[in-house]
Amino acid sequence: MEFTFYLSGGIAIAATLMVVVGLSAVHALLYLIVSLLAVAIVFYVLDAPFAAALEVIIYAGAIMVLFVFVMMMLNLGKAAAAKERDWLNPGMWAGPALLAALLLAELLYILTQGGSTLTGAAVVDAKEVGIILFGPYLLGVELASLLLLAGLVGACHLGWHEGLRGNGRDHENR
Amino acid sequence: MGATMRTAEAIAAIPMHHGLMLAAILFALGVIGVLVRRNLIFILMSIEIMLNAAGLAFVVAGARWEQADGQAMFIFILAVAAAEVSVGLALLLLLHRRFQTLDADAVSKMRG
Amino acid sequence: MLPLLWLIPTLPLAGFLVLALSGKYLGHRSIAVIGTSSVALSALIAILIGIDFIAVPPPGFVFRQEAWIWIAVAGFSPGIGFYLDALSLVMVLVVTIISFLIHLYSTEFMTGDDGYARFFAYMNLFVGSMCILVLADNLLFLYLGWEGVGLCSYLLIGFWYRDSGNGRAARKAFIVTRIGDTAMALGLFLLFTHLGTLDIQSLMQRVTQQWPEGSELAILAAALLLGGAVGKSAQFPLQVWLPDAMAGPTPVSALMHAATMVTAGVYLIARTHVLFSLAPPVQLAVAVIGALTLLLAGFSALAQKDIKRVLAYSTISQIGYMFLALGVGAWSAAIFHLMTHAFFKALLFLSAGVVIMSLHEEHDIFRMGGLRKKLPVAFWTFLIGSASLAALPLVTAGFYSKDLILWQAWSSAGGNPWLWAAGWGGAILTGLYIFRVVFLVFFGEARAATPPDTRRPGLRITIPLIVLAAFSIVGGWIETPPFLGNLTLFSSFVQHALPPAQVVHDGKNDETILELLAMAASLGSIALAYLLFLRYPAFLHGLMLIPALARIRKFWHFGWGFDRFYEFLFVRPYLWLAYADRNDVIDNIYKMAISFTLRWLQKVDRHDVIDYIYSGLAELCLFLYRALSATQSGQVRRYAAAIAAGSIGIIFIGIFA
Repeated sequence: MEFTFYLSGGIAIAATLMVVVGLSAVHALLYLIVSLLAVAIVFYVLDAPFAAALEVIIYAGAIMVLFVFVMMMLNLGKAAAAKERDWLNPGMWAGPALLAALLLAELLYILTQGGSTLTGAAVVDAKEVGIILFGPYLLGVELASLLLLAGLVGACHLGWHEGLRGNGRDHENR
Repeated sequence: MGATMRTAEAIAAIPMHHGLMLAAILFALGVIGVLVRRNLIFILMSIEIMLNAAGLAFVVAGARWEQADGQAMFIFILAVAAAEVSVGLALLLLLHRRFQTLDADAVSKMRG
Repeated sequence: MLPLLWLIPTLPLAGFLVLALSGKYLGHRSIAVIGTSSVALSALIAILIGIDFIAVPPPGFVFRQEAWIWIAVAGFSPGIGFYLDALSLVMVLVVTIISFLIHLYSTEFMTGDDGYARFFAYMNLFVGSMCILVLADNLLFLYLGWEGVGLCSYLLIGFWYRDSGNGRAARKAFIVTRIGDTAMALGLFLLFTHLGTLDIQSLMQRVTQQWPEGSELAILAAALLLGGAVGKSAQFPLQVWLPDAMAGPTPVSALMHAATMVTAGVYLIARTHVLFSLAPPVQLAVAVIGALTLLLAGFSALAQKDIKRVLAYSTISQIGYMFLALGVGAWSAAIFHLMTHAFFKALLFLSAGVVIMSLHEEHDIFRMGGLRKKLPVAFWTFLIGSASLAALPLVTAGFYSKDLILWQAWSSAGGNPWLWAAGWGGAILTGLYIFRVVFLVFFGEARAATPPDTRRPGLRITIPLIVLAAFSIVGGWIETPPFLGNLTLFSSFVQHALPPAQVVHDGKNDETILELLAMAASLGSIALAYLLFLRYPAFLHGLMLIPALARIRKFWHFGWGFDRFYEFLFVRPYLWLAYADRNDVIDNIYKMAISFTLRWLQKVDRHDVIDYIYSGLAELCLFLYRALSATQSGQVRRYAAAIAAGSIGIIFIGIFA
């Protein structure tokens, strides 16, 4: 089982790398989906099947699809890819790479400080998660629902003209 | 149906810090993406990468303690990511409509 | 009646307030009524209290009334309190009764004056202050009255302020008495510092307990109080103000500068006689000053032309007699003479006022004359007053009081023949100068430029004159010498407050001889005056042609040159100093020092260093502003980079700190 973990982890890293350095938005999106699926496998290996399911259904299945829809609406073509090439000259990578490397170094340093504990053997399945969500984390659940409502209303309001009227006329009515 | 029993081989015993290291690497990649890319879509995607990495860290921690708290936090992160993405993409569409570009550096009118 | 004591000073003070605040809205009649009735009520209460006091004396012959504590600080708590004993009763009766009579006189005398209300306001204030002075139970309260009468003296001498000469006279009076007041204040400080109280009775007790006779402190304290008395009572060397004080209206001269205010010094010494008894050198000084002054003033009175100045010098001289009596320890004799002097001197001034008024403000006696038939009231009252002043034997009050002093000057423990001789010589002078005035003004041929106004003065003038004349005659019959009835009503009454004089040098027939000598002096001087001034005036004219004698006369006329002397000694140097400093040298020194420092500072700071600090702060702020606003590029990625760098830093600190 450990091998699956390492393999999926490697796939996730590779796919994420392709997302970050990619020039085409759609390709980057697809690579991201691959990364998410790999992470889902990692979840499964870690005895968290419910999380794995959620990762696939919601993250890869809803959020990324949202991205795809927006990409479709934007209709970016070859010109966009050319622009990306312009923007991504190697000189740009120096600073961020340094910062990220520093961050990574610090995090790795912290992580290697502690002793190595193994993840547990028991599978924490959906039932347990459900019980805990409706128990101690009930408030969090309600707040999350409020947050989603806010997101819904915001997105709805912001996108109203785009969807219905097309060119953003009749600003006064909304 | 409770914790299903599995065979010894099927039960993975992965060192926690490996999992966390994976999360750290993914997070760092997300940071690079936010800082380097000018296209707003890529920036949003990098933010998603970062959120995902954070969720992975939570789940790893929950697996170490064999408790459902980690997954509960992961669900909350998921909810946050969903809300943020929806609003962010709506804004992105508006931006595209207004400025005809997705360049993050183009929308810098709030300079001091 | 005794508890009404506090009303005696309060009523005139209330009258003052009413007249001062609303005087200009009231008519002459109301002003006169208010002004006079306040004093009349005071006098009435004083008389009733006196009757009560004598009939049913309070324990110890002392009545005290405390009104309130005036100051209470660190062990010093003088109160507003009244002390009535035989001495203060006599004083308050004299003051209030004579004040009332003079107020009545002034209501008619001052008609037509546009300062009518002001006059009565000041007079009431004066009476209130004088009553405070004589009734005070502690020296601070007495000093309040002392200063009050000094103020009123200034205000009333300069009453006709439009004439600057009156203002000068008022200032002179105030300044000279101020010298005495300062000495008195120093005396009060000394007494308080060493004895811890200013309440007169306890002070006198402590003085006898703590200071032995002849101790330096007692001498110093007594000398300082004497300084105050000398100033207020116009004795040598501070007598220069009284002749000039005649610039005030005649009732003022009558009330203050004859009967009451100038006797405050005598009262002070009598009140603190215990202290003076403990300082024999000072007491001797009192007697010597008295003797000296009475002679000095007597000679000066002889050489005056202004009728009021004669009376002024006469006052100085008579107070000299009182000081003489105090100095030899004849306390009650001094007070007796104070009382009789008040009667006849006020009388003299008031009748002189009538003469002056009728001659349209003529003061020069050489321009009067022959007024005997024309102004009968003035003549007879002036004559009675003069007789009393000259101590005409047997029928006048002055005879009894003056001769008592002369007898005590010879016979008491502090007396000696020289003092007696001075007093006797003074008696001759007295008769001479006053009858000179009588003969020159009322007899002989009329020399007035304009004929006098011979209308009879009204009742308000005549009644006080008659009353005072009566007192001048009968006032002495309460204290007669042994061979004339030995009535000692006065001294036995006053003995409750003042110790009796001890008779020491009493030869067998001494008293009789001295009395006869005194009578001879009186009658002889009158006769001499008659001869010199009425019968054979040419003799004196001839004498005055001798230059030396004329110079002597001039010297006496100018008060023995004291004014000139003080001018050279004090006034000229002071004026010279003021002139030398007209550019304010001392101030200039300070100004130069300050401006020098300031100019040096200006040079040092010519680039405005201090301002740089503040402008530097502004520069710093601007710099920081520009630096920080450069970080707000508006580019999201830069912000994200900043956040990333910041979080790296924090984690770094978290790891390694």
